[in-house]
Amino acid sequence: MEIPEQLYYTEDHEWGEMVEDGMMRVGITDYAQHELGDIVFVELVEVGTVVAKGDPIGTVESVKAVSEIYAPVDGEVFKVNGALTDTPELVNQDCYGEAWMVVLKVNDPAQVDTLMDARAYQAYVEAEAK
Amino acid sequence: MSYISHNGEDLGRILAAIGIERPDEVFSTIPPALLCGAGLAVEGPKDEESLRRELDFRPSRVVFAGGGIYRHHIPAAVDALASRQEFVTAYTPYQPEISQGTLQAIFEYQSMMAGLTGMEVSNASMYDGATALAEAALMALRIKGIRRVAVTRAMQPSYRSVLRTYLAHAEVDGIVEIPFDPVTGQTDLDALEKSAGPDTAFFIQSPNYFGVIEPMEQVARVVSGRAGFWGVAVTEALSLGVLKAPGEYGPDVVLGEAQSFGNPAGAGGPLLGFFCTRKEHVRRMPGRVVGLTKDREGSQAFCLTLSTREQHIRREKATSNICTNQGLCALRAAIYLSAMGPEGLKRTALQCAAGARFLMGLLKEKGIAPVFSAPVFHEFAIPMDEDKLKELKSAGIVPGVPVSRQYPEIPGSVLVTVTEMNTQEECRCLATNM
Amino acid sequence: MSGNEYVTRFPEVREPLLNLKGAPGKNKRVLPAPFDTAGAADLPGTGDLPDLPDVSEVETVRHFTRLSRLNYGIDHGMYPLGSCTMKYNPKITEEIAARLAPIHPADTAAMEPVLERLAQLQEHLGEICGMDACSLWPAAGAHGELTGMMVISRALKSRGDKRRTVLIPDTAHGTNPASCTIAGFATKAIPSGEKGYLEASILRQHLDRDTAALMITNPNTLGIFEQEIGAIAELLHKNGSYLYMDGANLNAIMGVARPGDMGVDCMHVNLHKTFGTPHGGGGPGSGPVLVRQELEPFLPAPRIVRDGSGAYALEEEPHPESIGKVHSCLGNVSVCIRALAYILSLGSRGLREAATTASLNALYLKNRLKSLFDLAYETPTLHEFVLSDALQKEGGVTTMDMAKTLMDFGFHPPTVYFPLVVAGALMIEPTETEPLEELDRFVQAMENIAAMSREEPEKTHESPRTAPVSRVDEVWAARNLILTWPDGRIQPGEEGI
Repeated sequence: MEIPEQLYYTEDHEWGEMVEDGMMRVGITDYAQHELGDIVFVELVEVGTVVAKGDPIGTVESVKAVSEIYAPVDGEVFKVNGALTDTPELVNQDCYGEAWMVVLKVNDPAQVDTLMDARAYQAYVEAEAK
Repeated sequence: MSYISHNGEDLGRILAAIGIERPDEVFSTIPPALLCGAGLAVEGPKDEESLRRELDFRPSRVVFAGGGIYRHHIPAAVDALASRQEFVTAYTPYQPEISQGTLQAIFEYQSMMAGLTGMEVSNASMYDGATALAEAALMALRIKGIRRVAVTRAMQPSYRSVLRTYLAHAEVDGIVEIPFDPVTGQTDLDALEKSAGPDTAFFIQSPNYFGVIEPMEQVARVVSGRAGFWGVAVTEALSLGVLKAPGEYGPDVVLGEAQSFGNPAGAGGPLLGFFCTRKEHVRRMPGRVVGLTKDREGSQAFCLTLSTREQHIRREKATSNICTNQGLCALRAAIYLSAMGPEGLKRTALQCAAGARFLMGLLKEKGIAPVFSAPVFHEFAIPMDEDKLKELKSAGIVPGVPVSRQYPEIPGSVLVTVTEMNTQEECRCLATNM
Repeated sequence: MSGNEYVTRFPEVREPLLNLKGAPGKNKRVLPAPFDTAGAADLPGTGDLPDLPDVSEVETVRHFTRLSRLNYGIDHGMYPLGSCTMKYNPKITEEIAARLAPIHPADTAAMEPVLERLAQLQEHLGEICGMDACSLWPAAGAHGELTGMMVISRALKSRGDKRRTVLIPDTAHGTNPASCTIAGFATKAIPSGEKGYLEASILRQHLDRDTAALMITNPNTLGIFEQEIGAIAELLHKNGSYLYMDGANLNAIMGVARPGDMGVDCMHVNLHKTFGTPHGGGGPGSGPVLVRQELEPFLPAPRIVRDGSGAYALEEEPHPESIGKVHSCLGNVSVCIRALAYILSLGSRGLREAATTASLNALYLKNRLKSLFDLAYETPTLHEFVLSDALQKEGGVTTMDMAKTLMDFGFHPPTVYFPLVVAGALMIEPTETEPLEELDRFVQAMENIAAMSREEPEKTHESPRTAPVSRVDEVWAARNLILTWPDGRIQPGEEGI
């Protein structure tokens, strides 16, 4: 299971990456895509949606499961990845790269520091697997 | 009758394997206070001949009743094929590899229903037209900004009742009824224009409950771009054989009752609700849907798809709670449509329309004019008081469905329906007895 | 044949989609034509023919006969789908039901004896369930749940109570929470105890002033009787909440114990499970609702009543507190009449014998299989039990693999991956109508699968080999969404997938 060093993680198995000035790219983790299985559909909120930490920003579906994606921090949806509409399988193929889901304009940078780092997430996943 | 196969020896083996002595010991986890001591007051056991004798039902001699449930010719092949045990005794096709028969037939049903209604997709069936309407309204209310439901008063009364039952438990700001013109029987377009706003889901039935064909071109002009969502209900699916496909007017959904397709009147049920929509709404659609796919070897195969909308996965957030639907009725519809073909469906629809006009002519000769003036498909309201209705019924003639209880504004009226199952002689018989 | 050998693939003809078989002029059906269609010239119709395949009678018959042979039904063999009660469907009930076909519901003379029989069914269901009143109109189990929850909602409203939460144990069917949502309730899942049934002490922690009802399935989907049901009912009633019972598993207790005696206020039964009516490949079913007296006014309209002359009729005016209509007519009437014929055919003793044998058959299988497969709960069970793939998974054999391999031995698989409280669940309900030979054949097949899982697990991944198609690609279906045949002309192979 891949858990890149430089990313932030949530307990709902999303990752966040600070890309440019106050912007966070968000997606789901390798663990999450593996648990869901073959992704067949991704639906994301509209650009401009203002969200609080924990608000849904989209759903991912496999054949037998639906999972909501939650905002890791407060912010405004700045970009969504339209490519996932036609090629949801990207989530299985490249969940940390091409299958990013939204870019959030982060309200409070201090909130980012409350997220897990790679090591903490690794431990979290291992504990959850038990 | 008992349908249990075990003899004494089998039972002995079973008890020994379980490690108990008496069959009743299987209920050891039920608190004794909850066990029924004595037997229940249930009749039986009865042999098959007794059942045949006691459960005997026969229709009246001459029937001109419709009003949402219709008597039509059902080709013998429909009963022969749909009664095959492989279809009848199968469960919902959750295991696609051994359910391809059901799955392909339902896919074909979906395809034919989408084709006939002029829509892009169809689900695998609903309980009946009324619950299809209620589900369509719930689907519309899940779309952002839609808060109200408007429905034509000329929509079948039982559909409006079921709609109200469902919406009484939903978040909705109101249900509006759009009146009909008392002369033509068509929906009042001015009233429609006033009610159809972007926050409203609007539903119209055509042909409407009075058999009257609604001016769909004008309705579409008034509604499209104005109502947030709109749907057409068709309670007589056979009308699709001759009238323009409702989908061509651009609604969001076309739904209704397809009992006429190979399913008998059956004392009122089972019926066959259909639900067709456009691709953009497919993830909001209630009910099951079959999709085409491939097996591991690349051969064509079918399976249930879009299951994530459904209750067994999305639970409280599902688009509907429907699970068991009307699968066998949908199969019957598919067989019926295959047996009838395009010519057969159209000719039968024309027969119905011609029959209604034939009877209307006979009644006019007797000075009985229809209540409404607009063109009808195969049913029309006529004045008839309660006494006359009773008198005809006691003579074995069912002239139609009484409408006044649901429409106090049209007192003393009966909805008369003619189908290809009626004859000219029956029409004359009714006219003579009026 | 025994449970040691694969069934053979019979020489099926793969049937193309019907639209590919059609061509203009093939259908030569002669139709009833009592009228002169020139009379319909004013009809504002279209000149076009409806968009349907044009095939001959023989092609229609071959097509659907061939399709039927790709299906597995109860008359083929055992269909042990847990909580679905796939019992034998007596043929006589089909014959009786067919007699309703020509009757129009507005034909009041013909309907009178039908209503009389429906009233009789209501009474019999009331007696079997120990409930006071019944409505037959819900068309399926989920429809019955919804109707029942609307009844409860209306009853709360009538007493000015704003409670909105329904508690549902985690073993419940997905329809339970979905039905509650449509009835306007919020739902809260509560864990069943370690013993596999809901303990009153757990319920107590979740009860509050907002609790409208508890929705419970008894016996539950683990096949376990809810043995604290009495205490649970008492707790709920003291709290002003209702007890709703999902009657999906009524087959296990009919004639033995009655929900009404357990304190149930409102419930539905599935006639297509408990009372032997066919499932039809997904309906029509029937989900009558039963209530205790205090809830009767809220039942759906119309009620069956007796008029002045004692004749059975439908009430003209609904009760002012009725939830209203839930179906455009009378639900799935012919399914109700089938169920009545079934009940009369068995009688009181027969019903009890059916329930008892359902449990005997299930326990027989459980005892013969429990050494080979993981049994999730030790608590004694009734008509069904849940195994899991815990022992087989290590070797790479999942519940799905086992299900598909069962097909090769000529069985419909059990319910899989449900209930959700057991990972990799295999929920087995043989029903009372399985002969002992068939139960033994099933045991043999399962033993073979257990052995395969140890010795050659990869073999199970290739199953089914004998079914008309190999494992179906549900992912492809969901990604491509081909839902009608105009789109279906794009065949899966053509896109190089």
